Amino acid sequence: MKLHAYGTPAHATTTVLGRISTSPVTASERPDTILVGSLLGPQTLQGYAGALTTQILDRVAASTLPCPVIFAIPSLDHLADGDVVAITPQGYVRTLYRRQSPHNTLFATDRCNSYCLMCSQPPKNIDDAGRIAEHLRLIDLIHQDTTELGITGGEPTLLKDDLLRIIAHAKDRLPRTSLHLLSNGRLFYYARFAQRLSAIQHHNLMIGIPLYSDLDTVHDYVVQAKGSYEETIVGLHNLARYDVPVELRVVLHQLTVPRLAKIAEFIYRNLPFARHVALMGLEMTGFTLPNKELLWADPWDYQTALEEATTYLIERGMHVSIYNHQLCTIPRSMWPYARKSISDWKNEYLPVCSTCTVRDACGGFFTSGITRRYSKHINSITADQFATPTDAKGLAAT
Amino acid sequence: MTRFQSPDHYAHASDSYQILPFRFLRWEDGDVLLVNMVGEYEFINSTQFHEFATHKLEPSTPEFENFKAKHFLADSVSTLPLQLLATKYRTKMSFLEGFTKLHLFVVTLRCDHSCPYCQVSRVTEERGKFDMSTATADRAIDLMFHSPSEALKVEFQGGEPLLNFDLVTYIVERTEQRNATEQREIEFVIATNLSPLTEKMLAYCKEHNISLSTSLDGPAFLHDHNRPRRGGNSYEHTIMQLQHARAVLGHDRVSALMTTTSQSLQYPREIIDTYVQHGFTSIFLRPISPYGFAVRTNMAFQYAATQFLTFYRTGLAYLIELNRRGTPILEVYTQLLLRKILTPFPTGYVDLQSPAGTGISVVAYNYDGNVYASDEARMLAEMRDTTFCLGNLHELTYDELFGGDTIRALVRASCLQTLPGCTDCAYLPYCGADPIFHWTTQGDPIGHRPTSAFCTKNMGIFNYLFTLLKQADPYTVRLFTSWATEQPAPSVQ
Repeated sequence: MKLHAYGTPAHATTTVLGRISTSPVTASERPDTILVGSLLGPQTLQGYAGALTTQILDRVAASTLPCPVIFAIPSLDHLADGDVVAITPQGYVRTLYRRQSPHNTLFATDRCNSYCLMCSQPPKNIDDAGRIAEHLRLIDLIHQDTTELGITGGEPTLLKDDLLRIIAHAKDRLPRTSLHLLSNGRLFYYARFAQRLSAIQHHNLMIGIPLYSDLDTVHDYVVQAKGSYEETIVGLHNLARYDVPVELRVVLHQLTVPRLAKIAEFIYRNLPFARHVALMGLEMTGFTLPNKELLWADPWDYQTALEEATTYLIERGMHVSIYNHQLCTIPRSMWPYARKSISDWKNEYLPVCSTCTVRDACGGFFTSGITRRYSKHINSITADQFATPTDAKGLAAT
Repeated sequence: MTRFQSPDHYAHASDSYQILPFRFLRWEDGDVLLVNMVGEYEFINSTQFHEFATHKLEPSTPEFENFKAKHFLADSVSTLPLQLLATKYRTKMSFLEGFTKLHLFVVTLRCDHSCPYCQVSRVTEERGKFDMSTATADRAIDLMFHSPSEALKVEFQGGEPLLNFDLVTYIVERTEQRNATEQREIEFVIATNLSPLTEKMLAYCKEHNISLSTSLDGPAFLHDHNRPRRGGNSYEHTIMQLQHARAVLGHDRVSALMTTTSQSLQYPREIIDTYVQHGFTSIFLRPISPYGFAVRTNMAFQYAATQFLTFYRTGLAYLIELNRRGTPILEVYTQLLLRKILTPFPTGYVDLQSPAGTGISVVAYNYDGNVYASDEARMLAEMRDTTFCLGNLHELTYDELFGGDTIRALVRASCLQTLPGCTDCAYLPYCGADPIFHWTTQGDPIGHRPTSAFCTKNMGIFNYLFTLLKQADPYTVRLFTSWATEQPAPSVQ
């Protein structure tokens, strides 16, 4: 999935965000719109936020156009009406939102206060305070029928008050959109922050927070931050106290699998308010790569632990999902909990999957996983292996 | 990229640990059952127990890690384990929130049955003498709304409350009117033998969302023996009325309770079969109470707690077997205990809590305006012992009734944490106190545990449940979990 394009800029002095349209719009919509297509006389661009074209224009002529233009872009096929892009004075066209995708995410910041061994999006220490206006603008431009918007990073809570502004803005501008905030939860150790987030009274906000162990030492090691376990656990309790829904996320690898059943027990006894528990397969990217010998566990080898932990929580009325696992690597009894969780711009399949009868229900692989490491037990599941009523029922539930 | 730190960097500097509050019980096979202050438990062998208790448990062992995760020990200066224990303790004790929730209205003592184990009823035609007046009802409703509880349960008791149905409707409607401004969650239930139930009454119950709770003691020969009615056929009549009431109100709006008499002891299976046969998915195997006629007729002391335990164990084993064969039915008392043992949540069961529910969770307004700390307290009063009468509602204020010496003495005598024989009992987090039972049977609200039938019964049940949990038959554990968490029963194997 292509999220970037590059062309020759003209008349562009600052980064501009706009909603893509492939046909002309009314004058009142133009300040929010970036027109895409063949260009076009000066009049037709009057009032637009910007314009993009594959045409090769004369530089001098282009600079007289009434709005910023990026021209000579090799291809614009990846853009569709309603998408939101940012165009820069250097000629970059970054896609920030795709109208047709269910997986849209606002990247709040590159900074993080943890340094997880398997971070898929390694942090960068960049002062990005200036990006807040861009985030607020993005929310203005997103279509109101968007079902869900993710907020991720880095660690979004490092934006502190600005994160609360972003969430409050999303509440006002996107009244039908649920927000899924990914956070390590550490700053909610400060009860006042949890209280202020709660006070926004967002209509549908869930915070996904990772927990890697029932033991402080193991969690702190995975997160590479002393005291983070305590901050996260207290943070979870503070969020619960102020009725902010939380989801717990456990990434499965060599350091978390040995106590997986115990983690489930700890969750039920200490964090029973969690609305959802996600048991997640390891993504072969970012920091996982230098740490892969330390972390990698073949899902086939931890099937029993996965089944035990999932069953434990399900039997107690908790909601559990298994993410990033191929159906052929987990027990059949776990299929009802396996979700097609890999974002559509990341998932792929192996050649052996082409004859698999449950491929459509399977989440497949991250591109990064397919090229780097995956289970040794990937298999095509045949019709007779699969054709039992229980399985059919299970899959229907996904 | 910054270098990653090794696990040692995150380990605690010292191998020493603090032991957090726990209680224990040595098991027959040499193992030790440890229970922490919020009811999480662990079985370990005696060697490990000795190591743990003498601070010699190795940090690298799974036992150490499990004990740490369950807050039996803490190995750092962090206060987090204590904070988590405090939060879990608060959750377990949250049944105290809201104060008195269950309000019993004894609208009449008259009854058409003459059950020998009955605590209170009078078979009499004389109206008025044993009926509650509207003035008393008004004042009782006032007192009920004085309770700060968000949820209030109104239970009509007797005698047979349906014999004074006019007063039932009066109380229901006055409560509803009052609640238009109060906005509490109100639940109505009538404890009835169903015999005087008419179409009109049923229609009224349906309209006002009132549920019924009746008595069913087992098969006809047992039920008729335990619960004689003029003209006989008590069982037949009960079943007929039960089916009719269900048809009008809905299957789940009519529940049943059974009382175990000495005659019942031989028939746990037959009693359970009767409940299954009539479509019940739960049964409460209840021992007889030592109050009222039950004492006078000497029924309460006809069998020992140990005999009841045999009855209970046989019944529970049979219930597990029935479930395994595809008939879902649970035992209510077991479910309550398992909820305490297997979940982080409290129960709303007022008869097994610490401090006892008497007065602070439940109160009984008697027909004559006397207010009692519980149903048992007013039964005791019918035996001319008014120790647990909080006073008369026409004479005292809410504060005098609910903040008076009697209720304070009851609370003082029923905090297990301070009671001899309870304070170091491993089952304390799951148990409760019954000061009225101990006053009645032992002449002291605290009582003497080694000779207490209450203690023998509960210890026996806990021992049996933990034996089953330790044996860990997969089906039984899953069934128990489903009872405790009120989730669907496990699929039959």
